[in-house]
Amino acid sequence: MATSGDLGGKGMRGLRGGKQRYSILSLARNAFSHHENWERAWRSPEPKSEYDVVIVGAGGHGLATAYYLASQHGVRNIAVIDKGWLGGGNTGRNTTIIRSNYLWDESAAIYEHSMKLWEGLSQELNFNTMFSQRGVLTLAHSEHEMREMTRRVEAIRLNGIDSEVMNPEQIKRLVPIIDTDPNLRYPVMGGFIQRRGGTARHDAVAWGYARAADELGVDIIQNCAVTGFLIENGVVKGVETEKGTIKAGKVACVVAGHAGVVAEMAGFRLPITSRPLQALVSEPIKPILDVVIMSNAVHMYISQSDKGEMVLGAGADSYNAYTQRGSLNVPEGMLAAAVELFPVLSRMSMLRSWGGIVDTCPDASPVISKTPVQNLYFNCGWGTGGFKATPGSGHVFADLVARDEPNKIAAPFALDRFTGGYLIDEHGAAGVAH
Amino acid sequence: MLLIDCPWCGPRDDAEFHYGGEAHILRPRDAAALSDEEFAEYLFMQQNPKGPHLERWSHAHGCRRWFNMLRNTATNEILEIYPMGEKPRSEAGKAAYEANWRRGSAAEANALSGESS
Repeated sequence: MATSGDLGGKGMRGLRGGKQRYSILSLARNAFSHHENWERAWRSPEPKSEYDVVIVGAGGHGLATAYYLASQHGVRNIAVIDKGWLGGGNTGRNTTIIRSNYLWDESAAIYEHSMKLWEGLSQELNFNTMFSQRGVLTLAHSEHEMREMTRRVEAIRLNGIDSEVMNPEQIKRLVPIIDTDPNLRYPVMGGFIQRRGGTARHDAVAWGYARAADELGVDIIQNCAVTGFLIENGVVKGVETEKGTIKAGKVACVVAGHAGVVAEMAGFRLPITSRPLQALVSEPIKPILDVVIMSNAVHMYISQSDKGEMVLGAGADSYNAYTQRGSLNVPEGMLAAAVELFPVLSRMSMLRSWGGIVDTCPDASPVISKTPVQNLYFNCGWGTGGFKATPGSGHVFADLVARDEPNKIAAPFALDRFTGGYLIDEHGAAGVAH
Repeated sequence: MLLIDCPWCGPRDDAEFHYGGEAHILRPRDAAALSDEEFAEYLFMQQNPKGPHLERWSHAHGCRRWFNMLRNTATNEILEIYPMGEKPRSEAGKAAYEANWRRGSAAEANALSGESS
């Protein structure tokens, strides 16, 4: 597989400049003043009239792009603008699962690149992202699925990524609350685990990147929707926003579910369908589950947060929508599957459910690409599984924006694959059917 | 949650229905005559508007019949339901039909070529 290259050789370890470092000592010091004197983690500046790079979308991917542009490529005159608050879209709505166990080499390269960045991210950003490599176990419920899984495990291992097949006895030992009765409608026939997979605190990822990018001089401008693009002779010159025109040398869009809407403003189309994807959390309970469990066949994934809530992911609704809510039968079906696999959950109350609008691509792989408009770049199409890719996506997208040329990890994900036919079909490895 | 008014069975929960995606896509008659770009557009570039969207639904767990529907994807408001093979009659439906990039595309022109006039 393509290697990850130098992983942040030029990256910063902790913060460079004037910001207070977060540490056990700063925590103790601030306790004496009742935690009332913590400095703000980032500024809230008014937009300047011109930037070298404007990034549209202050989610995890957009903020990571800004951070790596500033830290790896020395671009300092950057604005990240968002119509809402930072991390308020899918970054704050996903189920925080991180893994790199994809089938194809192209996917392995980008998701493993991301995994390696995750492994050093809290230190690099001086922000606790609560990255926990607790393992991600994917279940198989039929002989066919077991064979497909064995094949995928071999493909993953050939790319140098950890994965191992497990039998029902091993699964029962690892997850005592799971029902491995062979007479279930969808019995647990086995599974495979990526032990380096796990979870992270989603908000912390956005906040950590925002704080570190702000430290490097990036302006994060919230509550400022983009309403159009300035395009002259096929070259982007800036963006129109609610706070006026902002000129830009380059514009990079990372807007997930609204990618199609924003692309239309720039006059081209994307092969993307926007649909609601729902998730739920339960009331907090004592620790009962210390791995992430996914089942594609019965369509359920579950983990337990550090607060004790069970975090459950449902499927994507079939129909297009921008409503950030979906149909009730989707979580209902998922909960039925969860209760069959984990009877202990049957009387638990769900506290909250919500939806995010995911940008699904025909091949379940992302788009990281130049566009028909010069100096305008898009990073989208992550669909139902973008969170895990946040650092890697930002890292390679920053490289594309800085050099106007995709590196070898990003190149397969260009828009022209839909014309050339070189699709990267990851429907089998995507956690959510779409 | 959608309450869909099936033309044959009346209002039913959307769990009974199957979503069939964008409506009014015509398959090219002579696909080999299209360039790769034109065929990729036909195949992959679905309408994805934030607003009125013309789409197909089937009452899969009911009468199993198909119909067309106009729905606002920003609000989930159902604006019009009309039979397969017909075009929308409401103003919003006509506007959505005309705004669709497929009108005037090479793939649609190809699909319509040779049709008896």
